[in-house]
Amino acid sequence: MALSRVVGASIKRREDPRLITGQGTYTDDVRLPGALYMAVVRSPHAHARLGPVDLGPALRQPGVVAAFSGADVPLSLPTFAVLNPDKPPPARPALARDKVRYVGEAVAVVFAEDRYAARDAAELVEVAYEPLPVVASLRAALAEGAPLVHDDYPGNVYVRLPRSQGDAEAAFRDAKHVVRLEMVSQRLNAVPMEPRATAAEYRRGDGTLTVWSSNQVPHTLRGVLAAVLELPESRLRVIAPDVGGGFGAKLQVYSEEALVAWAARRLGRPVKWAEERRETMLTLSHGRGQEAVYEAAVDADGKVRALRARVVGDLGAYLLLYTALIPMLTINMLVGPYDIPVVDSELVEVFTNCAPTDAHRGAGRPEATYYLERLMDRVAATVGLDPAEVRRRNFVRPEQFPYTSAVGSVYDSGNYQMALDKALALANYDALRQEQARLRGEGRYIGIGISSYVELTGVGPSRAFGAPVWESAVLRAEPDGTLTLISGVPSQGQGHETSFAQIVAGELGVPFESVQVLMGDTAVGVAGVGTFSSRSMPVAGAAVVQAAGKVRDKAVQIAAALLEAAPADIEYRDGRAEVRGAPGKAISFQEIARAAYAAFKLPPAIEPGLEATVFFDPPNMTYPFGTHICVVEVDPRSGEVQILRFLGVDDAGRIINPLLAAGQLHGGIAYGIGQALWEEIVYDADGQLRTASLMDYTIPSSRLLPRYELEHTETPSGTNPLGAKGIGEAGTIGSTPAVVNAVLDALAPLGVTHLDMPLKPERIWQAIQARK
Amino acid sequence: MKLPINVTVNGTPQTHEVEPRLLLVHYLRDVLGLTGTHVGCDTSQCGACTVLLDGAAVKSCTVLAVQADGGSVTTIEGLAEGERLHPLQEGFWERHGLQCGYCTPGMIMTAVDLLRQHPDPTEAQIRDGLEGVLCRCTGYQHIVAAVQDAAQRLKAQ
Repeated sequence: MALSRVVGASIKRREDPRLITGQGTYTDDVRLPGALYMAVVRSPHAHARLGPVDLGPALRQPGVVAAFSGADVPLSLPTFAVLNPDKPPPARPALARDKVRYVGEAVAVVFAEDRYAARDAAELVEVAYEPLPVVASLRAALAEGAPLVHDDYPGNVYVRLPRSQGDAEAAFRDAKHVVRLEMVSQRLNAVPMEPRATAAEYRRGDGTLTVWSSNQVPHTLRGVLAAVLELPESRLRVIAPDVGGGFGAKLQVYSEEALVAWAARRLGRPVKWAEERRETMLTLSHGRGQEAVYEAAVDADGKVRALRARVVGDLGAYLLLYTALIPMLTINMLVGPYDIPVVDSELVEVFTNCAPTDAHRGAGRPEATYYLERLMDRVAATVGLDPAEVRRRNFVRPEQFPYTSAVGSVYDSGNYQMALDKALALANYDALRQEQARLRGEGRYIGIGISSYVELTGVGPSRAFGAPVWESAVLRAEPDGTLTLISGVPSQGQGHETSFAQIVAGELGVPFESVQVLMGDTAVGVAGVGTFSSRSMPVAGAAVVQAAGKVRDKAVQIAAALLEAAPADIEYRDGRAEVRGAPGKAISFQEIARAAYAAFKLPPAIEPGLEATVFFDPPNMTYPFGTHICVVEVDPRSGEVQILRFLGVDDAGRIINPLLAAGQLHGGIAYGIGQALWEEIVYDADGQLRTASLMDYTIPSSRLLPRYELEHTETPSGTNPLGAKGIGEAGTIGSTPAVVNAVLDALAPLGVTHLDMPLKPERIWQAIQARK
Repeated sequence: MKLPINVTVNGTPQTHEVEPRLLLVHYLRDVLGLTGTHVGCDTSQCGACTVLLDGAAVKSCTVLAVQADGGSVTTIEGLAEGERLHPLQEGFWERHGLQCGYCTPGMIMTAVDLLRQHPDPTEAQIRDGLEGVLCRCTGYQHIVAAVQDAAQRLKAQ
């Protein structure tokens, strides 16, 4: 493979010129003359029987054109993750019908000539509710005799999934130590800076519907809309234009997207919708929401012989596309980077009267890593070992790869010791511990936290997953020798237009500027799957490099014909095809392209044109890994945590653009620190959301975050021709436990051994007071 | 009831009749079609809507259009001079100071005012000065680098 100077270079982004000048096109920027604006009426009750919906007061407002409730709109949305095969999943109507089950659930929609009129009118809709008892937490939902969120799910349990290997009973009986921890991975909101927005236009003349949406999976959105609207996919065009952040929360088909599309056809006018931030907090799919009890059977040397885990996942009130899958990913990564041969686990998934949960940066793996890394620190404290040493003793060793974990995940490649050692060296760990001891002597609370992680990215193959997880690339040489690449993965800021162009330019030896990258439009190219689960480089990038390879192969064939040589005698390098041993006989890629389309010099055996389409289905997932180290100081007077240093060594295989890779790590780390220290979705006992704005839900600002000192190692993956692993979520997965372990290390002299996230000042201060 | 306003936006005088409650950000986006300024929250936290009003950075979601009557507004679209990018735009491009780009117009306009107040800012001054603009993608490190880069460019001018 010829990937050369361009691949691995920190080329600045192709996307930026339009974004830094305000010329980006985000969904709400799309101008549709004559458009109506949609506003949503939402339930103020967490659980209630739905009575009559009186749309009259709204309809009588000037500027209001239409209004609908659940009785008028026969749309229901599916779930793809049906983990309980014994019964059909609960229905997910686009607008509530008999009951509402969480605060914010959509009950009616109003359409008006402008945004303000629509919002005014929505407030006038009168809805009769008969409140029902609420279960707004796992404890409430699982309590004896608890009211049911869905009548056919007794005890509010959607499914119980045990997974075990080996004799845990024996291991725990024989253990020198048993270390136990109860932990919470709290509900979060992705808070992408761009709130959700959708627009749609139906053309009656040719029966085509175009939908723009701030969405990570336009092809999936098309498929679901086609099914629920009973339109052929070939008449439905879905465009994800510039998208202001996804983080898993836009890996979805929401009621509002379906309603906008439905209404555009029903009303015969374009429709636009843009949510308010309050609606994001209420109804954008929430993340995490798990409680776990872990036990480790530990021998005298600190080796973990067996792991027992009970994980309870809060699904919320409905199953969105992947809701039930996410907690299962926690179980898939149960043992993390550690060689633990015996496991006994149970996953319980529970309905609550809260917003539905679904994918959220890391999707199940941050939870798994958090539980393990917290546990490892307790193991270290119990056995009397340094936390780094405990990890070293338990890591899967390099010679054990490919490694099949006790829960059945096959890790392709890795060197966890190397990442740990490099991180410790970067931190000057021994000196840090000495410095900590010195400062403790001065009465300061300094903590050092380590987190070692491995995570799964680039999910596949499709047959193992029971779902389409391939990805597509169409690479087309134009007659003038420039190239158009169409990828199935849209971007929400990852920089695909740049990194994919680098891959093509590297493979074909053409100028980077000559490669144009298109994505996010179902009318362009072929079907794709979408951007999630850190798959864009290992899966979509693999499709790109394979397509480039095919174009190169045909270019060589054409060159051979034109230069009257055998293909085996052609050397293709740096964008030129040369006859080996005859340097004068050469032809450029641009000339080859022109000849391919002009066609009159091609022999009959070669079809005109120069393009390739690839569908890449990865043979296995690929497993990036690393170690993060965090140094904090806790102010005991206020409970405030200051991050003094944050270091990391990450290995995502082959890096295409180091600048972009660093950006993904920075953002991921910031995201993980947010969960550790500040962020939480809070419902009260009545299911009212207490954190419905950015005043209450604290995403980190520039002032609160540290610099990140990062290095990387590159252990190539054998599962794709690029050798790349995914990197988009790794930062989030590694960082959260490093921060929490650091804070607990800081508080250790005070006898604090456990705290739940977020480690807000008040919580830390109270823990300190309790110890006095 | 509508009121007349006269606002100069990116150097062009504009005259419109607007509802008193119309937010400046909606005036810019929906009436003038300048969609580079973004709405990211409903409580004035996020800063994506930041523009310059009479030279000072303001959150245009918290300014009524009628309050801008008689004033001069600069949005992200008005920052470059023809083809010549502003040093902040150059800095953000050079140092990968944006990913999804949604906070970027607000971040850049805030930084314009920041650099006016602190032409040679320390990292702490940059982080403090940008505290009112939230970014979910970058973790801020490359944004800080972008602003430092721009400060150097401006000094060299």
